[in-house]
Amino acid sequence: MSDKDLPSDALHSRRRILLGLSLAPIAAAIPAMHAVQAAEKAGVPAAGKPFAGAWDPKAYTPTFFKDTEWAFVQAACDRLIPSDDTGPGAVESGVPEFLDRHMQTPYAAGDIWYMQGPFLEAPAEFGYQGKLALRDILRVGISAMDAHCKKAFNGKAFAQLEAAQQEDLLTQAEGGKLKLEGISSKLFFTNFLTEVKNGYFADPKYGGNRDMGAWKMIGYPGMRADYMDWITVRDKAYPLGPVDLSGKRG
Amino acid sequence: MANVKPKVDAVIVGMGWTGAILAKELTDAGLNVVALERGADRDTQPDFAYPKAIDELEGSVHRRFLQGLNQETVTIRHTSADTAVPYRQIGSFKPGTGVGGAGTHWSGCHFRPLPEDMNFRSNVEQRFGKKFIADDMTIEDFPISYDDLEPHLDMFERVCGTAGRAGKINGVIQPGGNPFEGSRTRDYPLGPNPEYLGAEMFHKGAKEMGWHSYPIPTSNASGPYTNPYGCQMGPCNACGFCSDYGCINYSKASPNACILPVLRQRGNFELRANSQVLKVNLDSTKKKATGVTYLDAQGREVEQPADLVLLCAFQLYNVHLMLVSGIGTPYDPVSNTGTIGRNYSYQNLNRVVLFYDKDVQANQFIGIGGAGATMDDLNGNQLDNGKLGFVGGGLVWARQPGAGPVRGINVPAGTPNWGSKWKQAVADNFRHSFYFEVQGACMSYRQNYLSLDPTYKDAFGRPLLRMTFDWQQNEIKASQFFVDQALKMGRTLNPLSILGDAKKDGEHYNITKYQSTHTCGGATMGSNPATSALNRYLQSWDVSNVFAIGANAFPQNNGYNPTGLVGGLAYWAATAIREKYLKNPGPMVQA
Ligand SMILES: Cc1cc2nc3c(=O)[nH]c(=O)nc-3n(C[C@H](O)[C@H](O)[C@H](O)COP(=O)(O)OP(=O)(O)OC[C@H]3O[C@@H](n4cnc5c(N)ncnc54)[C@H](O)[C@@H]3O)c2cc1C
Ligand code: SF4
Repeated sequence: MSDKDLPSDALHSRRRILLGLSLAPIAAAIPAMHAVQAAEKAGVPAAGKPFAGAWDPKAYTPTFFKDTEWAFVQAACDRLIPSDDTGPGAVESGVPEFLDRHMQTPYAAGDIWYMQGPFLEAPAEFGYQGKLALRDILRVGISAMDAHCKKAFNGKAFAQLEAAQQEDLLTQAEGGKLKLEGISSKLFFTNFLTEVKNGYFADPKYGGNRDMGAWKMIGYPGMRADYMDWITVRDKAYPLGPVDLSGKRG
Repeated sequence: MANVKPKVDAVIVGMGWTGAILAKELTDAGLNVVALERGADRDTQPDFAYPKAIDELEGSVHRRFLQGLNQETVTIRHTSADTAVPYRQIGSFKPGTGVGGAGTHWSGCHFRPLPEDMNFRSNVEQRFGKKFIADDMTIEDFPISYDDLEPHLDMFERVCGTAGRAGKINGVIQPGGNPFEGSRTRDYPLGPNPEYLGAEMFHKGAKEMGWHSYPIPTSNASGPYTNPYGCQMGPCNACGFCSDYGCINYSKASPNACILPVLRQRGNFELRANSQVLKVNLDSTKKKATGVTYLDAQGREVEQPADLVLLCAFQLYNVHLMLVSGIGTPYDPVSNTGTIGRNYSYQNLNRVVLFYDKDVQANQFIGIGGAGATMDDLNGNQLDNGKLGFVGGGLVWARQPGAGPVRGINVPAGTPNWGSKWKQAVADNFRHSFYFEVQGACMSYRQNYLSLDPTYKDAFGRPLLRMTFDWQQNEIKASQFFVDQALKMGRTLNPLSILGDAKKDGEHYNITKYQSTHTCGGATMGSNPATSALNRYLQSWDVSNVFAIGANAFPQNNGYNPTGLVGGLAYWAATAIREKYLKNPGPMVQA
């Protein structure tokens, strides 16, 4: 059964299950549903439509993120790269799995960076001068965001808020306008967004970019690494679909 | 107690471009050479094998081919009144490590300097008068001419299999090349690479502007090639994984592909990878080096005695080693005395992005490291600096080293960073946009210099190198002029939209944005020991059996990428060592 056959309510609850949410549908999501229906009428693949082989968060057990963090990760991924008629969203692409695995690499532990003190304040042109490694920036940031939400929204965590509220919070964090305990919201947001994009576009072997969906969306041939025959072609779009590091074709 | 190795004729610190060239030349001369490289040994097989090497997450995020900053880095501040902070994460520049150095992950743009770049100060003085040069601008002439260097620049092109089109051979202008270049004795070893769309458009736009465009000379082989050392290269297949990556195809010139295959077979050459040199050892007079001290792969301190010490550790680390070893006098910007750390400069790089509709197949994922199109109509003596009010020229070029989505996708101004609108913009623009770069010269100033940091230490307990650098008004003005010219030209090509990032008045140097690894100066060559660290043969004025080979020798940076000149200087110095120094060790120029 494809999503097209589902009444919009059912689609909606399926989407909520996908996000691991348990609360009732939310008013703010309704405009998005109108968009889905409009798109369907126009014959475009439905927004929010999980595509074949989409990632199932329940089939993956996070080993870095704790349950509460995991709910945040999925909700935030879905806001940052939502599923729509342009292409797959971060959640269905497996970006949460990517993030969980990526946070356990030496890279996320800060092993390739200079991490010795003293840690001084410096203008933005000098880059990150803090003490927290990437994985700690995400962890501390998520808990600070949730703590902020619980205070501001009657005990609700970020993942329990309406999509529009989540979007608003992320926008505030992006601009550094959100005051969080213990960490700059902008620092957290920038690092989180970068990692989400990494997971969305990196080779599927890292857990994200499921079925090379992000590559197909932008027309990236992946790891072909040989375009000798196409350098001077001007009148045709590049014809071949992507191939990944394992040699699989998308 | 350090473990002391048997003495050798020459020890080389670093196995990148300059180290490999010096090792080849000196083993040719029959010397016993030991090369110490801080990073791991690396070669095309298996380290750059397809598909392992072209993993964007490892290459562009984990930066597996670049120097990790956990062991050594630099600190940076804008002025000497500030406190410097560490360069903690790779951003502005990307030093290399491992056998091949940055020579394995460079792009391949392979320029020669213009003749007027070599007598830079006197040329500016002659054209616009002494007063045109501000008091704090410490630009100098190189102590050698383009003609001195020509055979050595030529040799480096032969070794690299450089692909290009000559503009002037024995004084005669050649069609399709750069008519403003210095005269060369012969053409490039290979013809230019094929042109992707952005380069083709560049030629069109340049014509509109009345510019003389030509193919960027590039060390990405355009056909099968065997270099003078017998090393073979295959044609570049435009894989799109050039800058930041080792070449999967034996196509990009690198020490690994073009020189090391010979060195590895030599009985009088020994390569010790994972060997971190800590300092050059001097005798009690401080006028003679006795060798170097390094940490071996197991972290044990080892002393390597040698008659000759060749610093080939990249511009930054050559200066650092001189400072921590007490070679020469550190520069003092207040009194404007001392030479080690003096005349640090960088490159003035800006970008212009052109966005098109879906019918324009720019295919950014196709890439040939350095290849593309450029022009010298705004460089060297072609530019009327007197009218424009700044010193130094520059280039505009179209270049496409290859782009994958992890490396970032350009989107038009005003696009949000996330959400559905961002997604739509990346999907619309990834294959239908391209960029031009604007690369300008960078002058040297009294206030821009290198020294040792008083606070931060590397993993071996040595003070970090401290960089005091900021953009000066001259470079900001130049950036605005060149970007404006590039925008004008871009608009003749009818893009849907266009983006330019000229430096704004008062803008500061930002270490988080990649701007090129063209860091220069700090231990410059010159004819006056009071203002230069090295004589015309790149020999230390102070310690005559130490040579420091690299872009550290540039008194200021010209409009081009540095490596063509760096390689030429390496052959020039090697020739001097072979033909003069070995016959009569000691200072080759009397101070
Ligand atoms: C992404 C990128 C693109 C580039 N593109 C271009 C281009 O298109 N055109 C161009 O002209 N230039 C380009 N460059 C610059 C070019 O790579 C350098 O100019 C060139 O490699 C310098 O050669 P070198 O021998 O001085 O240093 P390197 O090739 O970097 O070699 C220095 C070696 O010394 C080793 N070393 C350092 N310190 C020590 C120590 N204490 N003990 C032991 N070993 C040590 C390092 O590990 C390294 O292997 C690019 C650079 C980068 C990073
Ligand atoms: S673009 Fe060409 S030279 Fe560069 S890595 Fe690929 S094949 Fe090698």
